[in-house]
Amino acid sequence: MEFIGEKLLQVVIALAIFAAVIGLIMLLVDRAPKSVKDKVTVAGFLAPAAILMLVGLVYPAIRTSMLAFTDASGNGNGFDNFVWMFTQPEALTTLRNTVIWTVLVPLLSTSFGLAYAVFIDKARGERVLKSLVFMPMAISFVGAGIIWKLVYDYRGPNIEQTGVINFFRVALGMDPKQFLLDAPENTIFLIIVMVWIQTGFAMVILSAAIKGVPVELIEAARLDGANAWQQFRNVTVPGIRGALVVVLTTITIATLKVFDIVRTMTAGNYDTSVVANEMYTQAFRAGEPGRGAALALILFLMVLPIVVYNARVLRKQREIH
Amino acid sequence: MTATPAPKEASKATRQRPGSDPTEDAQPIMRRVKTKLTSKWATAAAIIIAVVWSVPTLGLFVTSFRPAAKQVGPRSDGWWNAFVDWQFTFKNYADVLTPAGSQSANLSQYFVNSIAIVIPVTIFVLVLASMAAYVFAWGKFKGRDALFIFVFALQIIPLQMALIPLLQFFTQTLQLPAGSYAQLWIAHTMFGLPLGIFLLHNFISEIPGEVIEAARVDGAGHSTIFWRIILPLSVPALASLAIFQFLWVWNDLLVALVFSGGTADVAPITQRLAEISGTRGARDYLNPAAAFVSIIVPLLVFFGLQRYFVRGLLSGGLKG
Repeated sequence: MEFIGEKLLQVVIALAIFAAVIGLIMLLVDRAPKSVKDKVTVAGFLAPAAILMLVGLVYPAIRTSMLAFTDASGNGNGFDNFVWMFTQPEALTTLRNTVIWTVLVPLLSTSFGLAYAVFIDKARGERVLKSLVFMPMAISFVGAGIIWKLVYDYRGPNIEQTGVINFFRVALGMDPKQFLLDAPENTIFLIIVMVWIQTGFAMVILSAAIKGVPVELIEAARLDGANAWQQFRNVTVPGIRGALVVVLTTITIATLKVFDIVRTMTAGNYDTSVVANEMYTQAFRAGEPGRGAALALILFLMVLPIVVYNARVLRKQREIH
Repeated sequence: MTATPAPKEASKATRQRPGSDPTEDAQPIMRRVKTKLTSKWATAAAIIIAVVWSVPTLGLFVTSFRPAAKQVGPRSDGWWNAFVDWQFTFKNYADVLTPAGSQSANLSQYFVNSIAIVIPVTIFVLVLASMAAYVFAWGKFKGRDALFIFVFALQIIPLQMALIPLLQFFTQTLQLPAGSYAQLWIAHTMFGLPLGIFLLHNFISEIPGEVIEAARVDGAGHSTIFWRIILPLSVPALASLAIFQFLWVWNDLLVALVFSGGTADVAPITQRLAEISGTRGARDYLNPAAAFVSIIVPLLVFFGLQRYFVRGLLSGGLKG
């Protein structure tokens, strides 16, 4: 087990360097002359994060955007990559799948998560019940792939099934089904895996928000004769609107970028590819970095409305302050 | 909380409720019956969701203890048969964890790697993101809101877009040694910052201004306010960000594939898991045990920090 010591040493050194850098920044901020103190604070507190994001995200994004207008050998080709994307049948399937993913996953995960959070609120064993649904969130996509292979497993019609769903299908007199192979519904079966993972996220955040809704409001509505549904619809939902927006935004962005599930379960074959996976395939496997970059740009444009919406909410919030 | 406390139906009901109506006694009973009924359905629905959500993982857990012959090959059957046909073994776990033999998955090495990657990254992101979030919430400078929205927008840059330029930057410009954790630490921190800043900002901007003002009047500098007031008050938000950051990095495969080099010196457990589950063959029976080993730590982290998901965690987040 000597390898642990050496690895631990690396971690300790890294943490020490980090602490030294942060300590230096704090020292500079405190020692700055009064006239420029605020400016030094802003600069000092923002600098580390700003530099990391510039190098790690902004600069690569700009380079990729330029790449989107070049061909495989790096020469400019105008809008050819975008023409390819909107005319080739496979590329169109990819776009269609991405739209299906982005509509279904946030909607289903948030609905299930919200329903579950409401149902188990203040129930006996709430913590255990929460953990059961949150568990998938803690599981890697690779792990989830292995887990769902056991669920979707398929064997020929005449031998015993090892997959849970096919076991029930056979028991009910149906033929076993190759869930991941039959298009177009195989996309739905991949989406189920993502919903299974994201529901826990929605549930945890929304449950915390529900507990933040003042008990007096709900009590008042109840005394006024509102039934459970009315209490939920008219008091709870408005009370957790902020959290709902955060949950929907986060899950939508995560879904648009979904890669690992498709990669590990079908590798994008059988008409299941999505933009983020196709981007990887084109850029790293097919030797078409231009097309990959163009797909990345499209992805960026698809998320833009969400960002604009959040930005507007944010500005309104600032005006209130 | 900007709850709208004037639901139409409810206020109508108020007006209709007469002070001394003889039916007043009957109504609460009716209502109690009704709530009970709905809660019965709610309980049923909750149980169904809980079962559907846990059965796949239960399947993995049971399978991971089943003998190889029961998992693959002609004599294999569904994992639920294990409840009837009582055969369990720890051999799968032993095979997966110990480094003996050339066939070994050698998971313990990769397990240590995952820990060595994820702990520094979580600390880096928490400290740097909360510093930036503090300035975005309480600092005063030109273009603050525009810059913050720009940071928020950075979340949507797909990682795939950033990987190649970043790899070139690490190896050519910074000359970071291959086969060390440094590349993974920096890359993960970069990718974690936008969401971290966004979430913490929502929380930190809700801290009452008077608290900070009072400290300033007492002569506290920015660094004192940050470490002594902002961070302690933000513990619930920091804890939940820590959980998510931990889970994301622990479960990551893509960043690891690009920056780790894939050796047992650096590569995390997910990468090893993808390797051994990607190669179909006689060792397939090890996959469930290996997968379960990779799940244990994130589950412990969640259970350990669960109590921080307390009241109003995101109450400040983006009021509509």
